Amino acid sequence: MKDIRGRILTAIGVVFILFWCLLPVAWIISLSFKSQEAVTNGSPGFFPSDGGGAGWKNYTDVLDDEQFRHAIINSIGISLIATALSVIFATLAAYAIARLEFKGKKFVLTTALVIAMFPVVSLVGPLFDMWRTFGIYDSWIGLIIPYMSFTLPLAIWTLSAFFREIPWEMEQAAQVDGATSWQAFRKVIVPLAAPGVFTAAILTFFFAWNDFVFGISLTSTERARPIPAALSFFVGADPFNRPASLLAAGAVVATVPIVVLVLFFQRKIVAGLTAGAVKG
Amino acid sequence: MSTYVQTAAPDEAPKAVDSDRTRAENSLARKLVAPAVVLMLVVTAFPMLRALYLSMFSYSLTAPDDKEFVGFQNYWTALSDPLFWRDTGNTVMVMIVTVTIELIIGFAFAMVMHKLIFARGTIRTSILIPYGVITVVSGFAWQFAFSNTNGFVNSWLPFIGDDFNWFAKYDSSMIAIMASEIWKTTPFMSLLLLAGLAQVSEDMLEAAKVDGATWIQRLYKVILPNMRAAIMVAVLFRALDAYRIFDNIFVMTAGANNTESISFLTYRQVIEQFQLGIGSALSVLLFLSVLVLAYAIVKLFKVDLSAARQEN
Repeated sequence: MKDIRGRILTAIGVVFILFWCLLPVAWIISLSFKSQEAVTNGSPGFFPSDGGGAGWKNYTDVLDDEQFRHAIINSIGISLIATALSVIFATLAAYAIARLEFKGKKFVLTTALVIAMFPVVSLVGPLFDMWRTFGIYDSWIGLIIPYMSFTLPLAIWTLSAFFREIPWEMEQAAQVDGATSWQAFRKVIVPLAAPGVFTAAILTFFFAWNDFVFGISLTSTERARPIPAALSFFVGADPFNRPASLLAAGAVVATVPIVVLVLFFQRKIVAGLTAGAVKG
Repeated sequence: MSTYVQTAAPDEAPKAVDSDRTRAENSLARKLVAPAVVLMLVVTAFPMLRALYLSMFSYSLTAPDDKEFVGFQNYWTALSDPLFWRDTGNTVMVMIVTVTIELIIGFAFAMVMHKLIFARGTIRTSILIPYGVITVVSGFAWQFAFSNTNGFVNSWLPFIGDDFNWFAKYDSSMIAIMASEIWKTTPFMSLLLLAGLAQVSEDMLEAAKVDGATWIQRLYKVILPNMRAAIMVAVLFRALDAYRIFDNIFVMTAGANNTESISFLTYRQVIEQFQLGIGSALSVLLFLSVLVLAYAIVKLFKVDLSAARQEN
């Protein structure tokens, strides 16, 4: 009797979770199919009204927009480069943290923790000033550098958690067979650690793709402006009267890569996200 | 903090003798760690020092030649301005309200996912979607959902007129902002709590059940105490993250109707008004308040930082 009640509660919970997670996504998709005229005249309600639908027009309009296309390219390029570099540096650091005893380990871990909690906006002023002096304001490299720094903590945690699970004896076996520390790292650990590296890469990519503060502060033109910043500047200064359905189409386009990643790599992402919080 | 006694693993014992090996390990470790540490510090510590320096000057990019040393005057200007305290108040309120609600809903979600036998993959996939959605997109989605001309919220909610304008007043604007914030970050919270739930021993729960403990008693006496570390780390991370709130406010209200946060105020001074002097003072104050907040949470709730730092 009690068991049945529990199962019903769980079932209700499942429905609620699905509703919670998917409603705003469904809404933004639905909105992207409302026609721009209908939105201007006011079209309340979840679904496009009769005659208020736009078909794929908002999508073709968005993809035809020069600035939006630039923003997509910027976002993909900047996020991929930052991810690759960040994961390389994090892999080296995490290996040292998980496998080696050294003075200063606590310092590295504390630094990572502090940076993970750093109020990013407080850096915007000095970075804005410095980047202009160095001539990397409004450039890819100007965004890649802060993205790397801020994704390193998460990548280091995820990777060192994975590295601890790797059988230590195999590295020792390689060393007994005459490999140096470096060879043991490259030939034995790297292949075993590949899944962890991959997880760290996905999480890093999420961060870079999601960033907004640096995206609006350290860019001024379409040369380097990433998608979130481009979306927020999409039209005019009046925040209460935007071309909602067009923006929704842009938002859907910007969300698709992330949803695809989530669909394919759900298990790895969950493992990576929770690695930092609870000792396994 | 309690002292953590490290019991040496048997195979680590000879290390003390083999000092060449220890030294080699030390030097390799430093080389491996150095690039990451340097990168993290270059973009944080160095600019923070620069901000500290700039905050002592009256310095505006619109009149760079008028740069003048003014000591702590910028701090005094900021701290004596009601705007600073209003925005800090907003930020603290958002932090407390969202983290509390996220903790409750996130725990409920975690319980459901923990009990789940079927469709685990589907639920986990969908719960990751809000986490993956760009905050700006979440802000837009909720802004349009609450909109009285194009949204659906008014028609779905009872007791609310169809033409109610959520963004015309402070209270309702804050509710809309917090809805977006809570929607996006609750899944993350629930995943952290789910990992904590998995650490609670089933045997102990079974024993409590056999001893006749009710569901509520099991929750308060067995489950919650055993996942304390996970809860505290989740609260610490989310609270400091909520204190940085910026994206949602920028997109949804742009600070209209006094909905500005402290991050937004800092951004506005520096990027929109080019006031690098006072802006830097605000940056330093923001950084200090996060430090104080982190320290307070760690001390108040006795967060086990070695768990957060992942030492073992």
